[in-house]
Amino acid sequence: QGARAMAAGGRGWFRALALGVSFLKCLLIPAYYSTDFEVHRNWLAITHSLPLSQWYYEETSEWTLDYPPFFAWFEYALSHIAKYFDPQMLVVENLNYASPATIVFQRLSVIFTDTLFIYAVHECCRCINGKRAAKDILEKPTFILAVLLLWNFGLLIVDHIHFQYNGFLFGLMLLSVARLCQKRYLEGGLLFAVLLHFKHIYMYVAPAYGIYLLRSYCFTANNADGSLKWRSFSFLHVTLLGLIVCLVSALSLGPFLVLGQLPQVISRLFPFKRGLCHAYWAPNFWALYNAMDKALTILGLKCNFLDGKKIPKASMTGGLVQEFQHTVLPSVTPLATLICTFIAILPSVFCLWFKPQGPRGFLQCLVLCALSSFMFGWHVHEKAILLAILPLSLLSIQRAKDAGIYLILATTGHYSLFPLLFTPPELPIKILLMLLFTVYSFSSLKSLFRREKPLLNWLETIYLIQLVPLEIFCEIVFPLTTWKEHFPFVPLLLTSVYCALGITYTWLKLYVSVLTERIPVRQKAE
Amino acid sequence: VSLGLALWAVLCLSHDWDLLGSVAFCLALNYKQMELYHSLPFFCYLLGKCFKKGLKGKGLVLLAKLAGTVLLSFAACWLPFGTDVEQIMQVLRRLFPIDRGLFEACMFSSPTHCPDKVANIWCSLSVLIKIKNVISPRTQLKLSFAVTFLSLLPACIKLTVQPSLRGFKFALVSCALSFFLFSFQVHEKSVLLVSVPVCLVINEIPFMATWFLLVSTFSLLPLLLKDGLLLPYIVTTPAFLAVCLATFSILEKTSAEDLQLKAFSLSLKGYVSWFKSFPRIVRSLFLLSLSLMGALSVLSAAVPPPQHLPDLFPVAVAVVSCLHFLLFLVYFNVVILWDSKNRGQKKIS
Repeated sequence: QGARAMAAGGRGWFRALALGVSFLKCLLIPAYYSTDFEVHRNWLAITHSLPLSQWYYEETSEWTLDYPPFFAWFEYALSHIAKYFDPQMLVVENLNYASPATIVFQRLSVIFTDTLFIYAVHECCRCINGKRAAKDILEKPTFILAVLLLWNFGLLIVDHIHFQYNGFLFGLMLLSVARLCQKRYLEGGLLFAVLLHFKHIYMYVAPAYGIYLLRSYCFTANNADGSLKWRSFSFLHVTLLGLIVCLVSALSLGPFLVLGQLPQVISRLFPFKRGLCHAYWAPNFWALYNAMDKALTILGLKCNFLDGKKIPKASMTGGLVQEFQHTVLPSVTPLATLICTFIAILPSVFCLWFKPQGPRGFLQCLVLCALSSFMFGWHVHEKAILLAILPLSLLSIQRAKDAGIYLILATTGHYSLFPLLFTPPELPIKILLMLLFTVYSFSSLKSLFRREKPLLNWLETIYLIQLVPLEIFCEIVFPLTTWKEHFPFVPLLLTSVYCALGITYTWLKLYVSVLTERIPVRQKAE
Repeated sequence: VSLGLALWAVLCLSHDWDLLGSVAFCLALNYKQMELYHSLPFFCYLLGKCFKKGLKGKGLVLLAKLAGTVLLSFAACWLPFGTDVEQIMQVLRRLFPIDRGLFEACMFSSPTHCPDKVANIWCSLSVLIKIKNVISPRTQLKLSFAVTFLSLLPACIKLTVQPSLRGFKFALVSCALSFFLFSFQVHEKSVLLVSVPVCLVINEIPFMATWFLLVSTFSLLPLLLKDGLLLPYIVTTPAFLAVCLATFSILEKTSAEDLQLKAFSLSLKGYVSWFKSFPRIVRSLFLLSLSLMGALSVLSAAVPPPQHLPDLFPVAVAVVSCLHFLLFLVYFNVVILWDSKNRGQKKIS
């Protein structure tokens, strides 16, 4: 009877987790939504009311269509359901239209498309084996992984409050990772190709996929010592992969190629006119660079090295997205960021090529690619940190080292998302949800790896604890002081720089651990 | 606050700290006079305890101590108003506005709230016969008092004779429910005074407790709709049901034994022969009631009422809830009265 209870409990807990988080998402329907809500309503209107040839030319609203064609088709499909909720939202001229029916429809569409994410998490839990099988449900690694993914704080607030469709996109990505772990390479490749045509930001992790598929699928065998067997190159596999990628691209870009609109589509997808940093600096290397520049400027002014009249007055975090020149340090161009990103990715890609360790090595490379692109990319949005946090969850339940890195990255990354929700009613929600997730991740990972040495050393613990006073200062103390009028960007600056320190540290630590890893003599099948 | 203090009182009593419990309950009572709903079980339980200890020794001492504590707490709270009798009378007149009828506008509720739709027996009866026109207000008052006390009496007597913690908790439920159903000037929110003791016994009768809590939330639906709380209602009610289904697996625990009706069913064995399929009947009744409540919720929220019956849905909700509550009243009284002697004696301190 005990085994029966275990089995019954085993099947039920995943459903309970998924149902619970869906109820929570329903309760968040009336919460604050950002301009992304209007963006998606506008795209619903564009795809519904206008013919295909107009989709990438339409400019009535400032939020033009800048996602690849598959996403446009997705919005088109949604618009056919939208017309039963409120046909007025499908009129392109109805800018900022937000009737209750519109809000309910859009929120419900996010909640429903999250079923793909839930399915992907289910598949991941099936193929990732944790360290040991525990008797208690709450201690099983798969349970912890399911909670860390399904109840991920960042995904909840970005998707269900700020309003975006990241749920099902990450679902596609996690599903492709699961398929690669299950050695179903073609499916994994197909899913990733489809994902790329939904949102091109996933190009950041394309090198990892490309190299892994080339190494493990196109070259079908390794030598005894793990190095590449050049003779085992399989033309069949390469052609199959190429065929899939070409087919998907043809399906997506084909109509626009025929219409001769490809340059317009490309210019919409990759707008380099925007500045190095968003209005709120994403906590990456360039945030530290900007901060250093500002500090040196102030120092220079004080010591009279610089002429005060030559320095432009506008602040970088003034709220407008514009091109900006640095004053002391050299200005950064898009090409420079591309080169930096490329150099940052190179070691991890080499590692994947020369020391393949199966799916786990692939996941490490994926996380490193995502993190490196986040660190050095052009006009990175802070939401992109989720691209690194979610795959790292898969690694965190397997090794204590990765668990420690995950805790720092997740806590810092989630904290850096706080400025996205700046309205007073959302303050208790975001703090409570963040506490819930952080406390759970710490306690569960600590108990999972309790037999090894502690996950975080004292320096890291102090860094994470300092987030609490920082939050109190930014949200409570600062608005009550007089600095609010003169330096309104100070809380954003502080958050950005502090989190950038943590994320840079995590990136370096992960790199060091990947590069110095010694391959075990007997390769265990992951 | 008053519910919290009442819960503290129950907690103290379950640890046998009688004096502390009485102080807590007096404070609760002086915070909000609605706690009078719970006062009788407290009184009967403590009285029964004194009787059990023997009226000639320890019992009398305990009785004296309790009386003293209660008087002291009341005196402490009422001191500023104790200057003259007229002051006290005015306070009492404000607390219990008996000048108005059984269900006229209550001054504590919002101006737009019309208490004609409470899940009270009088409101449900008023659908059939207009009581206001048949009997005078004074007679209404006496009638409601009489019916309330008659329905309370069996449970209270049993509690005094056989005081047990379990019986005490069930008596809290049944007395509060009697007051809710039969007393005057009842606001819909008073159903909370019944729900809180039900939560106390949820581990003994998970199935019935879950059912009751769902009905009590449903009875608040007109109020929730007015406050714009439809979405939280739609989300939290299924969530609560799902949690109870998962934690207590209530649909399996519907047999006579699980519903604490074993003793009752034994004494009825001769008369009723369909007790074999009792669990199935109970389960189907539950599902039927759930679907009825769900249908009424959807109708109330989505469909506008017909022109000649503008209050159709609130009244329907009230009548359906009232019927459920009457059945629950009968059920809880049966459980208390047929509580076997052995069971009762185990729990006595």
